[in-house]
Amino acid sequence: MSHQRLTPDKLVDALTPPGVDPAGHRRNHAKGICFTGVFEANGAGSVLSHAQVFTRGQYPVLGRFNVATPDPNAADPTVRVRGLGLRTSTPDGQEWRTAMIDPPVIPASTPQAFYDLLLASASKDPDAMKTYAGAHPEIAAFGAWAHDAPWTGSYAEERFNSLNSFIFVDNSGAERAVRWSLLPAAQPVAVPPEELAKRGPDFLEQEITERVRGGPQHWTVVVTVANPGDPTADPSKPWPEDRRTVDVGTLTVQQIEAEPDGPCRDINFDPTVLPTGIRTSDDPFPAARSSAYAKSYDRRTAEAQSYPRTTTGAKP
Amino acid sequence: MNGDSRRFTVPQRVLHWLMAVCILAMLFIGVAMVSTVMPKYLTLVSIHKPLGIAILMLALLRLVVRLRSGAPPLPVDLPEPMRLAARLSHYTFYILMIAMPLIGWGMLSAAAYPVALFGGLHLPAILPQSDSLHALLWDAHFYLAFAFFALILLHVAAALFHALVRRDGVFETMIPVSTHDGGAAAQ
Repeated sequence: MSHQRLTPDKLVDALTPPGVDPAGHRRNHAKGICFTGVFEANGAGSVLSHAQVFTRGQYPVLGRFNVATPDPNAADPTVRVRGLGLRTSTPDGQEWRTAMIDPPVIPASTPQAFYDLLLASASKDPDAMKTYAGAHPEIAAFGAWAHDAPWTGSYAEERFNSLNSFIFVDNSGAERAVRWSLLPAAQPVAVPPEELAKRGPDFLEQEITERVRGGPQHWTVVVTVANPGDPTADPSKPWPEDRRTVDVGTLTVQQIEAEPDGPCRDINFDPTVLPTGIRTSDDPFPAARSSAYAKSYDRRTAEAQSYPRTTTGAKP
Repeated sequence: MNGDSRRFTVPQRVLHWLMAVCILAMLFIGVAMVSTVMPKYLTLVSIHKPLGIAILMLALLRLVVRLRSGAPPLPVDLPEPMRLAARLSHYTFYILMIAMPLIGWGMLSAAAYPVALFGGLHLPAILPQSDSLHALLWDAHFYLAFAFFALILLHVAAALFHALVRRDGVFETMIPVSTHDGGAAAQ
């Protein structure tokens, strides 16, 4: 569709549909709420990566629950994809940042295809999506998830996936391609979307605030190791179910804070901010995400006056 | 050779040409970096940061060397406006060589990005996290980069003017080898 060179400006521009004013906000995953907590590593990840974050211990985290929409005022029940941004800091001064979502795959194979998908979904041509899907059959896996996967009533019941593959480097220098996921401790309860629609536009933020006030919420951090030949460069393709997994620890969310004056507001959950012991793989998405997230960050920090830091009343 | 007061000293010439290469590379890397979403984006960023810090250290070293060694006198017949331009452009070069890396470092600090160099080596933040500082420094880094490039073009134009039009020896003060004893140098 677009054969000109894809720039971060074009990619970020394409995220915002007509009629949406994103000023001051992230250009995608624009609506969210901050959390703080701890990642408790059990030490098992050390066999895969020499990053300090996998040695047994507790490391502070800062994160953000979000809904995958470019509209900061979107109603929670209208958004299919939910996300989680996470920054884990270790005493050696390094950071592991990741931005994850709840579907098992990305709808597109490459950043260019993702851009074409954005253009197709914003197109006035009624056949644009059909044409796109014809040229990009890999969208079917995401489509099946969007259609069939149950909706839940809480961020705490979501499984979040890195989707992109990264390389873990162990103490001996051996490298393995991995993806990671957060598996919720809370039992997911399927709620029909019609039911969620009755819960109000901010029900996810209100629910997680209440829930964490009642007690910390947990996720198991699981690393999945690719076999040779697995599609590490294509996040639209899941890996077979039988791949080796390693539980590396537990994420605990201890406190929720509103975003306007919260600690996650001005953090860019750039998935290429990695400690030594983790690096990017042949997956082309993290580089594109890094470039586009930086552009989004540059824009929104320059527009900060459009997003006041003081919350007025309706704070969840 | 060190006694030749008509030329910059050897350390000054080495620093000049080394930094010329670094700074030109830096400007092109910067422009390429902010206009791509390809995997080379990460490669370019991973060069841009440590190279910027290297330029900062070289610039500070060069400032010390310049203060100690001085500069060869300009030709006595050089018109005053050109003298002034030479002096101002040199001040501006030093300011930019030192300020640009600091602005970049400060910009990353204000955005709470880790300032990673290589192999796990990282620098401390030099500014508190601040969206307004980030926005200000981002603009400064962007526009000063183009000003820097413009200054380099002026500098090259002036050097060629000295070399080809005035032929007053100013160009020879910074070239890597001497042309006064040209035969020996060429062999």
